[in-house]
Amino acid sequence: MKSRAAPAQTGVWVGIAAITMSFAAYSSALIVRQGANPDWVHFTLPPILFFNTLVVVASSITLYMARSHSRPMADRAGSGEAVDAPHLTWLLFTISLGFLFLVGQILAWRNLAAQGLTLASSPSSSFFYLLTAMHGLHLLGGLAGLLYVVHRVRRSSAVRAMSAFRAASLYWHFMTVLWLYLFAMLAARI
Amino acid sequence: MNSPDSSHAAPAPQGFWRKYVFSLDHKVIGRQYLDLSLVAVTTGMILSWLMRLHLGWPALSIPGLGAIAPEAAGGIITPEYYLSLMTMHGTIMVFFVLTTAPFAGLGNFILPIQIGAEDMAFPRFNMMSFWVTFVAFIVLISAFFVPEGPPLSGWTAYAPLSAVGKDAGPGQGWGQTLWVISIGTFCIAQLLGSLNFIATTLDLRTKGMSLARMPFSTWAWFITSVIGLIAFSVLLPACVLLLLDRVAGTSFFIPAGLVISDRLQPHAGGSPLLWQHLFWFFGHPEVYIAILPGFGIVSHILPAVTRKPLLGPRVFIACMIAIAFLSYTVWGHHMFMSGMNPFSATVFSVPTLIITIPAAITTLLWIGTLYGAKMRFNTAALFCLGFISVFVSGGISGFFLAQPAIDSYLHGTYFVVGHFHFVMGVASMFGIFAGTYFWFPKMFGRMMNETLGKWHFMLTFVGVYCIFMPMHYLGLAGNVRRYSAFTVDYMKGSVPLHRFITVAALFTGAAQLIFFYNLFRSRFRGEIAPANPWQATSLEWTTSSPPPHDNFGGHHPVVYHGPNEYGVPGKDGDYIMQNSPEPEPVAAAS
Repeated sequence: MKSRAAPAQTGVWVGIAAITMSFAAYSSALIVRQGANPDWVHFTLPPILFFNTLVVVASSITLYMARSHSRPMADRAGSGEAVDAPHLTWLLFTISLGFLFLVGQILAWRNLAAQGLTLASSPSSSFFYLLTAMHGLHLLGGLAGLLYVVHRVRRSSAVRAMSAFRAASLYWHFMTVLWLYLFAMLAARI
Repeated sequence: MNSPDSSHAAPAPQGFWRKYVFSLDHKVIGRQYLDLSLVAVTTGMILSWLMRLHLGWPALSIPGLGAIAPEAAGGIITPEYYLSLMTMHGTIMVFFVLTTAPFAGLGNFILPIQIGAEDMAFPRFNMMSFWVTFVAFIVLISAFFVPEGPPLSGWTAYAPLSAVGKDAGPGQGWGQTLWVISIGTFCIAQLLGSLNFIATTLDLRTKGMSLARMPFSTWAWFITSVIGLIAFSVLLPACVLLLLDRVAGTSFFIPAGLVISDRLQPHAGGSPLLWQHLFWFFGHPEVYIAILPGFGIVSHILPAVTRKPLLGPRVFIACMIAIAFLSYTVWGHHMFMSGMNPFSATVFSVPTLIITIPAAITTLLWIGTLYGAKMRFNTAALFCLGFISVFVSGGISGFFLAQPAIDSYLHGTYFVVGHFHFVMGVASMFGIFAGTYFWFPKMFGRMMNETLGKWHFMLTFVGVYCIFMPMHYLGLAGNVRRYSAFTVDYMKGSVPLHRFITVAALFTGAAQLIFFYNLFRSRFRGEIAPANPWQATSLEWTTSSPPPHDNFGGHHPVVYHGPNEYGVPGKDGDYIMQNSPEPEPVAAAS
C-alpha cells in the first residue's frame, strides 16, 4: 500500500515551521537590539556548552540507531501481526542524553550566574538565557514525545509506537539542528 | 486521503462533560468558539458604546458604571479610563471575535465536513486550543478587576508605555501584565489551531477531494491557517520579550534614561521600534486572518445564491495566496510615522499598493459573478453583498493611507479608525453573519427566520455606514483618535458629528438584538431544516442537518466534481453535488 504521510508527521513538519519562525523572530530581535545601542556586553560562553553540543548530537545518533535497530514485534493493540518497533535500549539511551543535555544547560546558567551575568544584567546575557530556556522548553516537549513512544513499545502497541516514533524523531533531530544554529549564533554574536 | 479503516473520530461520548464541555468533536468545539466570540463581541460592543457616549457627551454620568469600575467614579469616564476601554475593546474584538469566530469557530465546524473527514487531524489539540483560548479570554477580562485597572496602551501595546509598569499610570501595573499573558496564551491556542487546520486539510481529504476540488471556504481557512501559523509564531516571542521587560527587569524595548512619573526607569538601551516591528509583522497578517475567511465564505455562498459558478475560481484562489504572501511584506506601513528611515517607508508603500491588485481582482470576480444573475435574495446573500460593499468602501481609503506623504497627515486620525473598522471589522463581521445565516441550518438542524434576518441586515448595513463613513471626514478635518474629549478649538466643531455617530452606534448595536433573538429562537423554534436547504454542491450539504457524530454516518463520501458546478443541468436541478457520480455536462457552445 502506498503510504501517505501520517497526520502526526505532517503536524510535526508544520510545528517545525512555526518554531523556526519564532526563533527567526528571536534572532532578528537579537540583531536589532545589539545594533540599537552600544550597551552590548561580549562575554565568553561557558565551556560546558561544547560538551552539551556533543551530547545533543550524540542523542540524534542514538535515536538513529533506535530506528535502524528496529525489530519486529507483535502488535497486541491491533491485529497481532508482527510490525517493526523502535529499539527500546537505544531509545532510552537517547532520552538519557536528552536529560543530560538539559542538566548541562542548567550548569551553563550557573556558570554565568557565578560571573555575575544574570537575565537582566545585560542585553547579551538576556538573550543567552532566553534562547537557551526556549530551546530547553521545546526539547522537553521532544522528551515527552519519546517517553510516549517508550510507553507504546512497552504496551506492545507497535503500529502506534512506530508512527509516534517517526514523528518524535523528526522533531528531535530538528531540536538538534536548532541547537547547532543557536550555538553558532550565540558564539558569533556574544 | 482516508483509507476506509482509518477513523479519526473518537467514539461518540455519553457523559455531559465529555459531550458538551471537554468534547473532542470538531462540531462541538466550533460551536464553543462561536459561543465564546458571542460573549466577547457583546462585551466589546458595550465597551464601544461607553466610549461613544463619552465622546458625544463628555460630562455624562453613566448610571451604574461607577459601581462596576472604581476608575470611573460617579459614572464619569476619565481620560485614562477611556484609553482602557479603547484598549480592551480593540483587544477583545481583534483577538477574541475577528480571529475566533470566522476562522476558529466556523472553520472548525465546517472545514472537516467540507473535505469529507470525520474530525480534525488532532482532536485533543483541537479541544486544548479552545480551552486555552477560553483561559486567555478569562485572563484578559480579569484585567478589568485588578487594583490598578485595565491596561491603556491600546491593542497594539506600544512600548515603552506597555513595558515600564506602574509608573506609567493607572492600568500599567497588573492590568498590562495580564494583557501580555493573555495574548501570549492566545498565540499558543491559535498555533495549535492552525497546525490542526493545516494537517487536516493536507491529510484527511476524502477520496477524490483534490486540492482543486476543495470548496473556496476550505481554501480560505487553509490559507488563513498558514498565515496564522507564521504570524502568531512571531507575536508569541514578542509577548515573551515584553513580559520579561515587565517582570524580569530586562531591557528589550525600554530605552535608556527614560523618566516616567519623576522616576528614572531602571532600564537601558532597549529599542521601542523593535516592538513595533515584531508586533506589526504579526499585526498586518492578522488583518488577513480576520478577512480571508470572509473572502472564502462570500465565494462559497455567492454561487449558491446567484445559481452561477464563481467567475475565475482558480484566479480567486491564486489571489488569496498572493494576498497571504504579500501580507508579510507590508508591516512597515503601520510605522510610516514611527521615526524609521523614510526610505523604508517607500519600500513598504510599494507592496502595500501592490496588494490592492489581488484584492481588487477578487472584488471584480464577485461582481462578475453577480452580473446577469437571477439572485436569490436571502439573508446570507444580502450579507455577502454587504461584505463586498464595505470591503470596497474600506479598501479605497487604504489607497490613501498606503502613501507615506498622505499618511503623514492622516495618521492617528479618525480617517484610520473609519478605514480599518470598515475593511477589517465590519467586512469580516458581515462575513461571519453571512456564514452564520448560511450554515446555521447545518449546525442546528433548524432554519433561521428570514424576515428577521433581512431586518437585521438592512438596519446593520445602514447603521455601519452612518458610524464609519463620517469618521473619514472627521479624519480629513484633523480630528485625532484616542482622545477622550475634543476641547481644543479646532476640534470643537467635530462634536455634533461625533454625537451623530454615537446615536448611530447605539442604534446599530440595538439592531443586533434582532440577531440575538433570531439566533436563540431559531435554535429551538426554527423551521426544521432539510439536508440541503440552499441547493448547494459541497459535502456539508450531503449529510443530515445537524450531521451525525462522525459527520457522514459511517461511510466516507467520494468526490467526483469541484464545488463550482452551478447553472448546469444536474439530476437535482441546476447544479451537481460534489459527490454525485454523474459525468460533467459537456459545455454548451456560447
